[in-house]
Amino acid sequence: MKHALKPSQYAVLIAIMLTASVGDSLLSRGMGQIGAVDLHHLSLLWHALFNPFVDAGIILLIGFFACYTTALSWADLTFVMPATAFGYVVIALMGRFWLHEQMSRSRWAGILLIVCAVGFVAGGPSRTEHADLDLMDAGVGR
Amino acid sequence: MILSQTVRIWSAISFVAALAIAGEVLIAAGMRQLGDLDLIRERSGIPGAIKAVLTDGKFVIGALCMALNFFAMLFALSIAELSLAAPAIASLTYIGNAIAAKLFLNEKVDHRRWLATAFVAVGVVLLAH
Repeated sequence: MKHALKPSQYAVLIAIMLTASVGDSLLSRGMGQIGAVDLHHLSLLWHALFNPFVDAGIILLIGFFACYTTALSWADLTFVMPATAFGYVVIALMGRFWLHEQMSRSRWAGILLIVCAVGFVAGGPSRTEHADLDLMDAGVGR
Repeated sequence: MILSQTVRIWSAISFVAALAIAGEVLIAAGMRQLGDLDLIRERSGIPGAIKAVLTDGKFVIGALCMALNFFAMLFALSIAELSLAAPAIASLTYIGNAIAAKLFLNEKVDHRRWLATAFVAVGVVLLAH
């Protein structure tokens, strides 16, 4: 068996790309409103919990962790890795088209490299065959 | 003096990356052993799936490594600049993950995946500029 992915599994991989990047951006926006937190101003962290951007960011990052864990239950770590890296591309593109930030040539090159990496891995099998583990999978009810 | 500062910064960066690699490989190992979470969810519902994950020893230790990684990252950022530390840590983590996945998870890391790892490692550094 080639371990082709189901549409729902592709959806999980796309969720990984989006939740991590949007979650990080929301956290960064929220923490920007809170101000710099250091050892002498730890109480600011408490205030951060009442910031809607921080809350939305935390919820998305919990969603990311759940999707990431789910993906690792049916795909190899080296298969899921480029998907997590694609989150950086989403952040860069959001900065470009949403915040109208300038994009240098090296950033475009970085985006191109990560997109290629996703392409290389997506063309191959999602999971290494292990005879003993596949027997276990079969026992679980396939 | 400058040399010792460089050593300090790179030790911190390597330490943060090592924690991330340990965390991700442990979580991957735990999930691989547990099996397809979608099937578990079909059988015992979402609470059952969450319980299966949270009671998995490897997952818990892996998640602890990720939590430590977060605090170690804060420390690393206090001695190194963000523009150096963030891409360096991300890049080292991707390369280390591929090596660790081959060694410890027995994943078949073929030329496609090595190439993808190298592209991602260079890509995250370029994105930071």
